[in-house]
Amino acid sequence: MKEIVILSGKGGTGKTTIAASFAVLSRNSVIADCDVDAPDLHILLHPSPIQTQEFKGPELAEIDAEKCVECGLCQEACRFEAITDFRIDPILCEGCGTCTVICPEAAVTMKERVSGEAFISKTKYGLLSHALLSPGGANSGKLVTLVRQNAKEVAEKGNCDLILIDGPPGIGCPVIASVTGADMGVIVTEPTISGIHDMKRVLQLLAHFDVQPLVCINKHDLNLQNTTKIEGFCYKKGIDIIGRVSFDPIVTKAMVFETPIVEYSPKSGVSREISEMWKEILNKV
Amino acid sequence: MKRSKNFEGHTMILSIASGKGGTGKTTVAVNMAMSLENVQLLDCDVEEPNAHLLLHPKVTETRPVYVNIPVIDEKKCDYCGECAKFCKFNALFITNKKIMFFPELCSSCGGCVIVCPKNAINEKKRKIGTTKKGSAKGVTLVYGELNVGEPMAPPIIKAVKKQGQPLKKADTIIDAPPGTSCPVIESVHGSDYTILVTEPTPFGLYDLKIAVEVLSKLKIPFGVIVNRAGIGDKKVHAFCREKAIPILLEIPYERKIAELYSVGKPFVLEMPEWKKKFHDLFDKIKESLQA
Repeated sequence: MKEIVILSGKGGTGKTTIAASFAVLSRNSVIADCDVDAPDLHILLHPSPIQTQEFKGPELAEIDAEKCVECGLCQEACRFEAITDFRIDPILCEGCGTCTVICPEAAVTMKERVSGEAFISKTKYGLLSHALLSPGGANSGKLVTLVRQNAKEVAEKGNCDLILIDGPPGIGCPVIASVTGADMGVIVTEPTISGIHDMKRVLQLLAHFDVQPLVCINKHDLNLQNTTKIEGFCYKKGIDIIGRVSFDPIVTKAMVFETPIVEYSPKSGVSREISEMWKEILNKV
Repeated sequence: MKRSKNFEGHTMILSIASGKGGTGKTTVAVNMAMSLENVQLLDCDVEEPNAHLLLHPKVTETRPVYVNIPVIDEKKCDYCGECAKFCKFNALFITNKKIMFFPELCSSCGGCVIVCPKNAINEKKRKIGTTKKGSAKGVTLVYGELNVGEPMAPPIIKAVKKQGQPLKKADTIIDAPPGTSCPVIESVHGSDYTILVTEPTPFGLYDLKIAVEVLSKLKIPFGVIVNRAGIGDKKVHAFCREKAIPILLEIPYERKIAELYSVGKPFVLEMPEWKKKFHDLFDKIKESLQA
């Protein structure tokens, strides 16, 4: 079984648009939305959940006001500044438990906390593993790991040979959780100064975790000079560019119709470019 | 609206966030900063900082960012395993006379130091990134860079905000990272007001709704800027109307704005009429908070 993860560094370059199209084009794959902070793939794939699971994030400290003698030791010890006036701020509490061991009165205990939900859903295009972190919830990396585990389980059961992962923006904890152990990373970039800057950082990340990189230049015709810069950079580094997708307002139209572009307008130039790119990827896996 | 405790003198901390990535947070933050006098911009997207690509500041100060990690004195350690049992982040493993420590998983809580019955654990510093400060185009910029491969952005964000603190007489604009989890909370925490930048598409709307929930939980007053107005549909407007969320400004989708962004040029430089719009908006928000 192979895992392909779609990344970008910079947000809004078109990861989900392209991932949804790949989901349509792929046969016998499981799809995983690992952007658990702001998941959007479901908007295009219209999943119906067949399995829902609570996600237990970090525990939450709780101070028993009756036992608390207001000595303030916990406030001093908490590195996350989550305790003020002998009260725990649930948004700042990381669940480390230091307050429980410093309290001389055993007034602080750790309580389970649900920080999100994970789902396995049916879609027209195959099974989707996805999740939603509670707003402001902590430990999105752990939830990403759960989404990937769930995807692997259903892929094994269904004899699927491919898992297609829509990754989050950035390079931090949820991104690392999305790429570790994956076979291939497809970076969707755009020909802007920040698109290029952010692509370079994700490329470094993929190298760090030993994941094979491929680059797709989305909206390549918006700035041909920058597209040439990306091509030159990738050529020098020996990184394959697997596709160039044109800028076309029809992509936004397809999004408004909540349909993957390759299904909304299969004959459009953009759809042909994405289909070609998908063939390229299959050749490389 | 209540004046927050940060509201010293007449300065304001205004953060720019979004939920969805790529909606134009940095564009708004940089162009607004350039439309004001005496302002500092803190780029808190330390995973993928971009504000410096538009401002090109001359960096005058670079600081390393460290986190604390445990060091175990093996002469004192008797491998009892209490530290590993305590660590909620699975950063420590003690097996048969062997200590294993995974620094990337450590949250620097310091709990292991406290639980060790042999006092065998001390802490040392580990570098996870840097912060940089410089100025350009009338704006003081502080930004951070998380080292590639490091998972935890919040300590760098804290360091960026700390480095920005001495400038108490200036207004502060914070450019937050995308998403809705810990790095965003760390960035917007302590703001007097947050602007949510969205685009009028189903993705923009869905992620805006999540961001609205987060800000409501944090009790930070907020309003919306609709970027790329004219593309997509009208559902973001309908949502804001229904929830009585003010739409502060609409930035139309114009090829010129997109082109200027692609080459790293703030659009107020070429379209100076926008300076007044950003300035007026900033004043309006400030007035609403002081009322």
